[in-house]
Amino acid sequence: MEAALGLMRRMPPKHTETALSALLSLLPHHSSDLLSQVDQPLQVIYDMDCGKEFILCEYNRDADSYRSPWSNKYHPPLEDGSLPSLELRKLEIEANDVFAVYRDQYYEGGISSVYMWEDDNEGFVTCFLIKKDGSKTGQGRRGYLEEGAWDAIHVIEVGPEEEGTANYRLTSTVMLSLTTHNESSGTFSLSGSIRRQMSMNLSVADGHLCNMGRMIEEMEGKLRNSLDQVYFGKTKEMVCTLRPPSEVVQMRLPDN
Amino acid sequence: MADEEEETLSEKQKIEIAKWFLLNSPPGEIQFVAKDVKSILNDDDVYNEAVAEAFPLYNKTYMIFLEMPFRAGDVLVTSFGELDENSYLDPRTAQVAIVDHVKQVCTRVRPAEDEELPSPYVEEFRFALDAEVLKYVSEAYPKGVCSVYCRNGKDVEGPGSDFELVVVISAARHSPQNFCNGSWRSVWNIEFKDDQQTVEVTGEMQVGAHYFEEGNVQLDAKHECKDSTFFQSPEDSGISVSSIIRHHETEYLASLQASYSNLPDTTFKDLRRKLPVTRTLFPWHNTLQFSLTKDISKELGIEK
Repeated sequence: MEAALGLMRRMPPKHTETALSALLSLLPHHSSDLLSQVDQPLQVIYDMDCGKEFILCEYNRDADSYRSPWSNKYHPPLEDGSLPSLELRKLEIEANDVFAVYRDQYYEGGISSVYMWEDDNEGFVTCFLIKKDGSKTGQGRRGYLEEGAWDAIHVIEVGPEEEGTANYRLTSTVMLSLTTHNESSGTFSLSGSIRRQMSMNLSVADGHLCNMGRMIEEMEGKLRNSLDQVYFGKTKEMVCTLRPPSEVVQMRLPDN
Repeated sequence: MADEEEETLSEKQKIEIAKWFLLNSPPGEIQFVAKDVKSILNDDDVYNEAVAEAFPLYNKTYMIFLEMPFRAGDVLVTSFGELDENSYLDPRTAQVAIVDHVKQVCTRVRPAEDEELPSPYVEEFRFALDAEVLKYVSEAYPKGVCSVYCRNGKDVEGPGSDFELVVVISAARHSPQNFCNGSWRSVWNIEFKDDQQTVEVTGEMQVGAHYFEEGNVQLDAKHECKDSTFFQSPEDSGISVSSIIRHHETEYLASLQASYSNLPDTTFKDLRRKLPVTRTLFPWHNTLQFSLTKDISKELGIEK
């Protein structure tokens, strides 16, 4: 299992699905561990009843069906598929509506889905998902990207309320890939995935949705920033170590 | 169902899967990947078969360089210098390096046979170009290795026939302690066309980088270009071809840097903006009203 996760850290992020299915076929006994520990690109299906797409993940799956956050029905139909309680479903509906607006403001398109379910210790778990195709044939407004995908998975475990506060434990994963192509600079492709955690005790006076939303907004900002500044920056640094820009070479020559 | 799958996975399929992982190793990481693959397979026969097939391919794809004994310099493992699977010509020293692909070492060298080397006429051009490229590479790459091979027409004895040289430049940096590895490879094909008295240059540059501290981010960039010059004396051809290479590689590096500087404000923005279209943080405290009225997009002025 450790070796499998080691491999996942090295395989090109754009081949995550292939790598995961290869591991599943080699290690069938670890399939549930692998599926829970390796994040894979999000899939989408269409909810015919509501005319809207929704995102598939382990958290809205029951047997081979997936529950739509819009109609609360399983696709393909499933009798007695598990559903959140009425009260939680109310919050889930609200979260989906609000999160769709949040998603539109930051992503200028894309698809989002929010799923909630009760957990064993009097709290609940929420999963916020966003998928965006930023390529010029998708929803890339500026049209720079030949290929561009962003998948975000935010899972928040909300603890039971105690003296007006609750503990929120967030685990976020972002997977992205982007490719630009033109005559003068050829093909330039970056892909990656990172995962981070954050835990907070917050007053429930503002409401769970408000607390969770703020945490996700902060986390997404951090992840985007560290991908941009740190992770992409490190690969740029590497390029410049391999072949330093000519100004640097010229500056260094007199010393040699 | 899981057990069934395991039984139906033949030895051959396992080898193919193992090879897929090995061949997709980022630059400089195949040994780490091999270790993980070995422990997952838990079958030495399958593992040995997979590494025997994958390592030579990987080594040639990344054009790794190996130190030759007796301080004879580095030999490049490339398809251009390949005499048989384990023997690679080093044209500069006129030696043949015998390599162990899986250990990624050069075990011994032998002098090249006459028929493995180009004719004196072609060698004059190869030698002159090698000297110029070597000068350029030592200036431009802190840790770069280059070699010039004769690709076609190595038996051409004098003017009147075409021949083809190929320049290979390979630079690598491995710092696993900093969770960072990278490689730069360029291959320049140089066609000496006798009847037109021109030299056609086509190049392919490929850069890869992997950063994996608490994450996994990879760069994969590739560019091709074309140029030409006049057919001149070996020395003058060497100088003009190497300056063509220098020019295009410098330009390519600049365009890579431009691609990076375009990221934050243009390219990345098509995936996710830094701030919402409203340029202020999302009003989570107001969402109750939003969702009750369902008029949210109107209220924020982003109605479609």
